[in-house]
Amino acid sequence: MVQYNFKKITVVPTGKDFIDIILSRTQRRTPTQVHKGYAISRLRQFYMRKVKFTQQNFHDKLSTIIEEFPRLDDIHPFYGDLLHVLYNKDHYKLALGQINTARNLIGKIAKDYVKLLKYGDSLYRCKSLKVAALGRMCTVIKRVSPSLAYLEQIRQHMARLPSIDPNTRTILICGYPNVGKSSFINKITRADVDVQPYAFTTKSLFVGHTDYKYLRYQVIDTPGILDRPFEDRNIIEMCSITALAHLRAAVLFFLDISGSCGYSIAQQAALFHSIKSLFMNKPLIIVCNKTDLQPLEGISEDDRKLVMEMKAEAMKTVIGQGGEPTDDNSVLLTMSTLTEEGVISVKNAACERLLDQRVELKMKSKKLNDCLNRFHVAMPKPRDQKERPPCIPQAVLEAKAKKAEETAEKEKRKLERDLENENGGAGVYSASLKKHYILADDEWKEDVMPEILDGHNVYDFIDPDILMRLEELEREESALQGLEADDDFEMDGAELTPEEKAALAEIRKKKSLLIQQHRIKKSTAESRPTVPRKFDKDKQFTAERMGRQLSSLGLDPTMAINRARSKSRGRKRERSPDRGVNDGLHSMEVDGDQQNKKLRLRSRSASRSRSKSRPPGEVVPGEGFKDTAQKKKAIKMAKGSSKKRNKDARRGEADRVIPTLKPKHLFSGKRSTGKTDRR
Amino acid sequence: MRLEKCWFCSSTIYPGHGIQFVRNDAKIFRFCRSKCHKNFKMKRNPRKVKWTKAYRRLHGKDMTQDATFEFERKRNRPERYDRNVTENTLKAIKKIDKVRVDREARHHAKRMKGKKAQLQREAAKELEQSIHMVKAPAALQQEPSLTLPKLKVKVSQQQTEDNRMEE
Repeated sequence: MVQYNFKKITVVPTGKDFIDIILSRTQRRTPTQVHKGYAISRLRQFYMRKVKFTQQNFHDKLSTIIEEFPRLDDIHPFYGDLLHVLYNKDHYKLALGQINTARNLIGKIAKDYVKLLKYGDSLYRCKSLKVAALGRMCTVIKRVSPSLAYLEQIRQHMARLPSIDPNTRTILICGYPNVGKSSFINKITRADVDVQPYAFTTKSLFVGHTDYKYLRYQVIDTPGILDRPFEDRNIIEMCSITALAHLRAAVLFFLDISGSCGYSIAQQAALFHSIKSLFMNKPLIIVCNKTDLQPLEGISEDDRKLVMEMKAEAMKTVIGQGGEPTDDNSVLLTMSTLTEEGVISVKNAACERLLDQRVELKMKSKKLNDCLNRFHVAMPKPRDQKERPPCIPQAVLEAKAKKAEETAEKEKRKLERDLENENGGAGVYSASLKKHYILADDEWKEDVMPEILDGHNVYDFIDPDILMRLEELEREESALQGLEADDDFEMDGAELTPEEKAALAEIRKKKSLLIQQHRIKKSTAESRPTVPRKFDKDKQFTAERMGRQLSSLGLDPTMAINRARSKSRGRKRERSPDRGVNDGLHSMEVDGDQQNKKLRLRSRSASRSRSKSRPPGEVVPGEGFKDTAQKKKAIKMAKGSSKKRNKDARRGEADRVIPTLKPKHLFSGKRSTGKTDRR
Repeated sequence: MRLEKCWFCSSTIYPGHGIQFVRNDAKIFRFCRSKCHKNFKMKRNPRKVKWTKAYRRLHGKDMTQDATFEFERKRNRPERYDRNVTENTLKAIKKIDKVRVDREARHHAKRMKGKKAQLQREAAKELEQSIHMVKAPAALQQEPSLTLPKLKVKVSQQQTEDNRMEE
């Protein structure tokens, strides 16, 4: 029945809306940013994508429209005709055709413009191509918008069509306007059709459902038909004509006996005769309504004759179907919808007639015969009086007997449950799960086996020949131990004598000293001035020292010292005035020598490996001071000059740095929370 | 009841200790304590973390292959209980342990032994090459023994004092 459900068609948007939807979709679903600096291929791709995307969307949406609207040739002729009657087949087809052409046009436009875009050489050109493409597509849709509006109207109307199944049991009600058709359908079904005193209250088909003998029947109410030539009929009448023509249904022709509908019986009979061709092969019942106003017996002779004529016609249809021309009652019936007299009997008659017809048809068709052939139970007739019981093999009988024995035994055996109950119940007695263990020796049943030993899982070690392997292991172990003992007794050959050891220690000490000195030199190399050897403040490079070092190595230094001394330049003391005196030359020399020697000794001892600071006032010969007092004064004056500078935190005379005493970033700005009175 | 091994540090996990983590591919990671668990969550590789057994085995600090390890193997099929086998197994476990411990001690001793011979050779070489720093080759030629030359300090101060005294 889904086929005939026109409610599932998607909404057809108007032209403008359609354009808006598609364009905004393009805007949303495709990338939007592009710069003229991008590679040209990328720009082209960008715009091509937009054009193609738009085209694709148009195509999709138009395709859904075209597919969802039913094709009048493919659906049941009843619906085809109904739709034709309502909407004009040609107009409908035209509209759909226009949509189809629009779709193709858009496809063509897109193809052309994509081809052009492939050769676009600037952002502007590509963009204008895209704008042109989209614009043209939109104009196509604009041109087609009246068709879209028309299709939308159709869709809305179609959705409200009654869902009539053309194949199921149907009862059709027809007749002049105002004869009481809608009242009848209201009575027998749950349909709520408008009933009004004016004609053409019912303007379209209405469906109700009713039950008879556990089957569902459709009851279709039609608008009234007037007696007019076929061409003059309006749409509403055509609806009922279509229904009559295409649906295989039982027809109830309503006759208003009283004439209160405004039409005489003659007119109604005339109508009957004009449309009787439509009643071909359909069970026809003539229903005389409104008998409360005018009973059937009370009508005039002419009218009675007309009615009998109609009845005869109706009988013909009965005969035509092969039914027995027996009961009058099922061809011509009377009722009154107001008093509800005879309504049910009319319905029953109609349903019965329809059912009979359908059953007969089905019986005649081949399909049913196939079905019938499948059901047949053959019962053989007994040939003679001999007993032939079923044959059960011996093994099966034995097995059965055994089973019976076992069950008997089970009942006799003591259950675990009984045991539990005897020994104090569920909480007290815990069943021995080890009772039925199958072991090599039954004494072992109650053994508790340890699972863990010394941090190992016992299960991992279990092995039937573990003892053998253990023996091997122990043998190996003893062998290894023997080897080890041998190893330990190895004599180490070359040991150093204590002398050698002392020499080695001395060597290592000297080496480490050298390394330390080198490290100090290296680390202070940047800040230490490199002074040539002649300005030897700490008296490192004296001949005495050299002599000492050489003698420590075991060599005789005297020759080297003498040579060094003879090569060295004269020192200040050679120019001293005391040298003029000849007498005490030796002694002076000796004294001077000794004095100088003292000085040298002391200075040497002072400058062995660490520098020693001098007392502040000591007069060093090279500096040019007369005595300590002068030196002290000079120092004081020097300090005085630098005092002011130090207070300004200046490193020296040339330091003219102006520091930032109030950096702005620390003294400005608001705080997110709190006060700003402290900076 | 089974004693498991910690995935991270390979120590035994006794019942009631540690955490077990099951990953989505159904691999089970057991940890002995939160230290190992946290290290695992930090995605540390136990082979690079010094105090784990994995590291120690990998870097040769502990014994890797040995006959004693072959005895302990996880068996998946349960064996039928046999009292004699169990008794033997229990005794054997103790002995195997002792052997294993001895072997590990031996391994450790070997590792710590040092390179006595090599050091001696090096010392001899150094002595030979750098002897010139403490005794000049000339002196060595004269006196081939390795007694170090003594430093001669001149006692000159006493002499001057004597002179003065004399004067």
